[in-house]
Amino acid sequence: MITPTINLLMALTVGGLYAVGFYLLLQRSLMRVLIGVVVLGHGTNLLLQLVGGPPARAPIVGSAPADTFADPLPQALALTAVVITFALTTFLLALSYRSFVLLGHDEVQDDLEDRRIARRGGPAAPLHQDAGPDGRTEDER
Amino acid sequence: MTALAALPVLLPILGAALAVVVSTSVLAQRILALTTLGSMVVVAAVLLVRADRSGPVVIALGGWAPPVGIALVADRLAALLLLVSTLVALAVLGYAISQRIADYGRRMASSTFYPTYLVLSAGVSLAYLSGDLFTLFVSFEIMLTASYVLLTRRTSVQTIRAGMTYVIVSLLSSLLFLTAVAMVYAATATVNLADLSERVDALPPGLRTVLALMFVVVFGIKAAMVPLHFWLPDSYPNAPAPVTALFAGLLTKVSFYAMVRTQTLLFPHDRPWTLMLWLAVATMLVGALGALAQNDLNRLLSFLLVSHIGFMLFGLAVFDARGLSGATLYAAHHITVLATLFLVGGLITRRTGTVALDRMGGLAATSPALAVLFAIPALTLAGLPPTAGFVAKLQLLQAGAGAGVGPTAVAAVVIAASFLTLFALTKVWVRAFWGRARPTVEDPDPHDELEVGTARTPWPMYAATAGLVAVSLAIAVFAGPLSAMTGRAGEDLIARVPYRVAVLGDADR
Amino acid sequence: MNPLTSSPDGDAAAPQPGEREQTPFESWDRPRSPWLLPGRCRTPRRRTLLLEMVTRGLFPTILVFSIYLLCAGHYGPGGGFSAGLVAGLAFVLRYLAGGSTDPGALVPIRPPVLMGLGLAIAVGTALAPVVAGEPVLSSTKLAVPLPGSGELEVVTSVFLDVGVYLLIVGVVLDLLRALGSGIERDMRAAGEEA
Repeated sequence: MITPTINLLMALTVGGLYAVGFYLLLQRSLMRVLIGVVVLGHGTNLLLQLVGGPPARAPIVGSAPADTFADPLPQALALTAVVITFALTTFLLALSYRSFVLLGHDEVQDDLEDRRIARRGGPAAPLHQDAGPDGRTEDER
Repeated sequence: MTALAALPVLLPILGAALAVVVSTSVLAQRILALTTLGSMVVVAAVLLVRADRSGPVVIALGGWAPPVGIALVADRLAALLLLVSTLVALAVLGYAISQRIADYGRRMASSTFYPTYLVLSAGVSLAYLSGDLFTLFVSFEIMLTASYVLLTRRTSVQTIRAGMTYVIVSLLSSLLFLTAVAMVYAATATVNLADLSERVDALPPGLRTVLALMFVVVFGIKAAMVPLHFWLPDSYPNAPAPVTALFAGLLTKVSFYAMVRTQTLLFPHDRPWTLMLWLAVATMLVGALGALAQNDLNRLLSFLLVSHIGFMLFGLAVFDARGLSGATLYAAHHITVLATLFLVGGLITRRTGTVALDRMGGLAATSPALAVLFAIPALTLAGLPPTAGFVAKLQLLQAGAGAGVGPTAVAAVVIAASFLTLFALTKVWVRAFWGRARPTVEDPDPHDELEVGTARTPWPMYAATAGLVAVSLAIAVFAGPLSAMTGRAGEDLIARVPYRVAVLGDADR
Repeated sequence: MNPLTSSPDGDAAAPQPGEREQTPFESWDRPRSPWLLPGRCRTPRRRTLLLEMVTRGLFPTILVFSIYLLCAGHYGPGGGFSAGLVAGLAFVLRYLAGGSTDPGALVPIRPPVLMGLGLAIAVGTALAPVVAGEPVLSSTKLAVPLPGSGELEVVTSVFLDVGVYLLIVGVVLDLLRALGSGIERDMRAAGEEA
């Protein structure tokens, strides 16, 4: 078994990025959620980069002796992951822009089921909501 | 000949690329999409026959042998699910095409639907075939990115929130997946599944448990396992019927497949897996009870989808060849039947103009064809004999009863959840198909994507749905040979050696 | 048509270097094409002349560098992806300097077609070895004899890189179209309504 070694400072950085990312994910503003995803993505990619071991020479054949190379695989994986996170961030950005255009704000709204259950908590709650002209019940609109 | 295993991935990507190039001609796009998926079905069938007769079909991309290179592996489990998935994707595509012809006519609607659909199929195929964790991650990203686009293509004020929830939850699970991959690499210095299955055994038990649980969480979110299911009933009903049918049929099952693949290959158990038994119980009951409370047809079906993920998790939790065989058969049946039910839901909405059950009625008299199309998959999902659902469920129950006290108790929950499913579907039947006929609800927005509240439904939409019903019936008719094959697949999964030998090629493993 | 005298749309708002063109010494660095000096600049105050001038020099340089990266990719750092990104950045720079002048309009192909072609070339390169009985995605070296100077060694994976290059350039152009000028258009529409 290979003992995973990791620089303490880097471990703390990864931990900090995860903490900040998850904290931001729990916010109501979509913009903060998006930044949370970005920060979390950075944390993950940094972790992926770190698992290849301590820094070493660039793994290009002929540029240095092979035993001084860094492990190229995590770098390739991190590169792919960076591209994917980047693409999805762009998509999320476009989606929150769309949400902003449609709703006029970028707050995440209440969950439908939550609202329905909250409303049903009252003693006089109706069994079935009246459905509107579009076939959706009142609280789905 | 082994290049065959790469075709289910490369064909749809090529099809998508060409569909983008010819994006000005919607007819060319339709033909391209149908041809691509049709040939994928053929390739998948050939792969299944080969994998069953002469062991897994393995291809090393670029000639780089695993574990260094990327390998695509089609064993019995992967090839069977691939075949069923591509069949369902083809039928749903037929439904979507005919709906779009009916709603738009020759008018150019949008040039992004068919390419995105094909990319999603490519992602699904790659997920089934990938032989290493990172390719699995990439395939999930391909699949999910396409699904984000399909789900949010026509967002409105009502649906944008659900779309956001879906995208953010999926993104979060993807990042967790990546974290898990990084941790696995840190511990073992490989991501190849066959290689990992040897190296993980040497890890300390605590570390193994952490890694196993990370994969349970990651794939649990994506497979809508309770308590990580909350996003599904919220987001799926908001898409057009074909898209929901495709998602309901394929996406969660791909995640379940990934869970089976990683857990059996990397973290095997000798006894039934207690944690997964509990999760299966929670999933079955929460899903079924949630379905009972719904008035919206699509939400009800979404909760049933969650509930029946629990049946498959039960098969995995039993963790022997029979349980996995039952879970595989159940997954194949579930892919077909859920897609069918959502398509029928789309047809019902098209006919009545509403998704609210209390505004429908008398459909059995006004539209008998719809009643037949709903009744058969509904009985199949509830698992009444002699349908495919019954055959699969019987295998699960037998496996559970033969595996000790815990699984036997959970088998009783399986029966209870089946009755709850039947009850929920009976509710749909009584409200929508019996009773007096209700007036059709007017289309609230006649100019939007979906035309509802019309009797004008082209026959290919019915034909595509009927085709899926036929697939489901075929699973019941050929239950004997199929369950024999899933039995062999289950034995392969438990033994682990055939997979390793096929990928790494060493006889002494 | 003489590019020196032709104005993009005959609008007087553009600074036209028209009067003194008889002296070749002073006219050698004058614009040969109208791009980045758009005649109709909606808000002349928002223009950054410095950026525009720098971009005029940098844009072709960056494109050439991206081609170099594309060709060098097999043996050194580079490759289709990074080359495509570099080329895409050139278009981004041009968009930033040119403002609402749509960079998509400057490329005669629509961005989705570019993406589709790139992807098709890449998949075609992946599948081509199968015909020769080799594994999918494998590559080989082709020696192309050049008259007089030996032969040129071409690794077939360069075609895959070309596909990726086109794909990435298409993606960046499409992004600029959707998120750049698309949002600008929305904002203008909103501003005119208000």
